Amino acid sequence: MKILVCISNVPDTTTKIRFAPGNTSIDIAGIQWVINPWDELSLTRALELKDDAANGIKSVTVVHVGPAASEPTIRKALAIGADDAVRVNAEPRDAYYTAAQIAEVVKKEQFDIILCGIESSDYNGSIVGGMVAEFLGVPSVSSVSGIKFENGQPVMTREIDGGKETVTVPVPFVAIVQKGIAKEPRIAAMRGIMMARSKPVKLVEPVAVESLTQVLEYEKPAPRAACKYIDSENPAQLIGLLQNEAKVI
Amino acid sequence: MSVLVYTENWDGKFKKLSFELVSYAAGVAKMTGSSVTALSVGRVEDAELKKLGDYGAAKIVNVNNDQLAVFDSQVYAGVLADISAGKGSKIIILANNNTGKAIAPRLSVRLKAGVGSGVSRLPLNLNPFTVYKRSYSGNAFAHMEINSDIKILTLAQNSFDIASTPNTATIENTFVTIEASQVKTVVKNVEKQTGKMLLTDADIVVSGGRGMKSPDNWGPIVELADLLGGATACSRPVSDEGWRPHTEHTGQTGKIIAPNLYIAVGISGATQHLAGISSSKYIVAINTDKDAPIFEAAQYGIVGDALKVLPKLVEAVKEIKK
Ligand SMILES: Cc1cc2nc3c(=O)[nH]c(=O)nc-3n(C[C@H](O)[C@H](O)[C@H](O)COP(=O)(O)OP(=O)(O)OC[C@H]3O[C@@H](n4cnc5c(N)ncnc54)[C@H](O)[C@@H]3O)c2cc1C
Repeated sequence: MKILVCISNVPDTTTKIRFAPGNTSIDIAGIQWVINPWDELSLTRALELKDDAANGIKSVTVVHVGPAASEPTIRKALAIGADDAVRVNAEPRDAYYTAAQIAEVVKKEQFDIILCGIESSDYNGSIVGGMVAEFLGVPSVSSVSGIKFENGQPVMTREIDGGKETVTVPVPFVAIVQKGIAKEPRIAAMRGIMMARSKPVKLVEPVAVESLTQVLEYEKPAPRAACKYIDSENPAQLIGLLQNEAKVI
Repeated sequence: MSVLVYTENWDGKFKKLSFELVSYAAGVAKMTGSSVTALSVGRVEDAELKKLGDYGAAKIVNVNNDQLAVFDSQVYAGVLADISAGKGSKIIILANNNTGKAIAPRLSVRLKAGVGSGVSRLPLNLNPFTVYKRSYSGNAFAHMEINSDIKILTLAQNSFDIASTPNTATIENTFVTIEASQVKTVVKNVEKQTGKMLLTDADIVVSGGRGMKSPDNWGPIVELADLLGGATACSRPVSDEGWRPHTEHTGQTGKIIAPNLYIAVGISGATQHLAGISSSKYIVAINTDKDAPIFEAAQYGIVGDALKVLPKLVEAVKEIKK
């Protein structure tokens, strides 16, 4: 079996978001780019599955839709342990456009399991994974918090309201993963970093697809009123405020 | 033309989220001069279905088919695509929850409809059709244009006030043909907790962080949540340590919630934590460190030792609940 892990690169999660003039995009000056946290965890899980020879995973490939500037993100994924990578040489214009590009890659290279993170920490769309599956006409399982192999078949745990289900779907499929999929992201070791330099990154030109959405403008969240402090000796006062001022209890 | 809203049910019952969705759809319908069709899948009694009318649904389409007992995103997306085509819906609304996130993207590709996910306000503009959505994990909001003919919106939970706009809704029972072979998902096992309030449904959440020092100190957090009719939550290190179940973890990599009141106890307020709770209407912080970033997000704060403050809070709540 072959696994494909979709990775996007996003500003480090501690970044103070500022906008470029006109507020139509963020100010990228000084931003540290990282692999989207969910994607890093799916890659980790894919590698763990491959480590167990009994699962019969031949390779773990990462795919990224982005310009040359995002090469370091791909190299990082290779350093962590992915066998090879595909970069679709295009700005990811929106989720629909991006998913269509990934689906093309899958059609050509034939993967069995496609892992996508539940959301990217920039657009918070939660939609690319499901779109890829629909473009391919294959099943998708979302809210996946675990994936393992039983008798050579992938078995998933999916979160439902107030519980979880153990589910299977036939390969090929897309799993949209979230908390629980792996414990800690795997870290690139020196050897991995060295090896990453010579691992193949296949460059693919995008197919013509329109985008269906576009950000016109960003705004900051409304500033919150300054914090009102209550004496720690008199917490009853807090309850009074919550009851009579905020009216939330 | 109608606005189609997908209303999920839980064992045949709707909950606040369902009514929030219909209220939102009614707002969108008003803006666009159309009416609301609510779609319900599964076995729901007529009396329960009728409730959707109280929030503005003019028509309720009820689809019940044995093949829909298992949630298969491909099959569900197909049902929504068929119903929306039949009704000529140009705007389709779902919740931005597990189910909505599973269906919306598939439906998007099927209908070539752009998705505005996690919207928290009515559309800002109809031409160009512009939605207001969370981005950068709550550190920004985007005005996003959807330029396709059909639009899909997923509503952020607890972001829109329920409004009753009574309507005498008509119920239409529809049967859709689904072959058993179309259902690719096989559910081998289900583990469900019943009777416990879901974190995502709670109006009040009491949450503990590493400042609570030990899982043995959680008594007053649980008690406070119970007294207030709320749920308990925690920061990531707390669930990583196994002090609390992982289902309680809130933040960027955990649950994203928007209760009316979030009480953060012994939580520093890291950006990744705030990403999951910043849409709460009110945040209360209790922390020994007056410079902890959580106080910047909070409207009410107590600088002090949680282990001393909490018991007093519990007493004060008992006092008002008398
Ligand atoms: C990619 C990524 C994703 C992440 N996702 C999440 C996430 O989803 N959710 C999340 O929570 N974190 C997340 N984190 C971790 C996050 O950065 C913080 O480390 C974490 O939120 C800190 O948890 P805490 O506030 O409980 O602990 P700490 O930061 O250790 O804070 C403990 C606080 O308790 C206070 N305190 C100590 N003693 C007392 C006392 N007796 N009474 C009152 N207060 C006291 C201290 O002053 C301090 O402010 C993520 C990190 C990364 C890198």
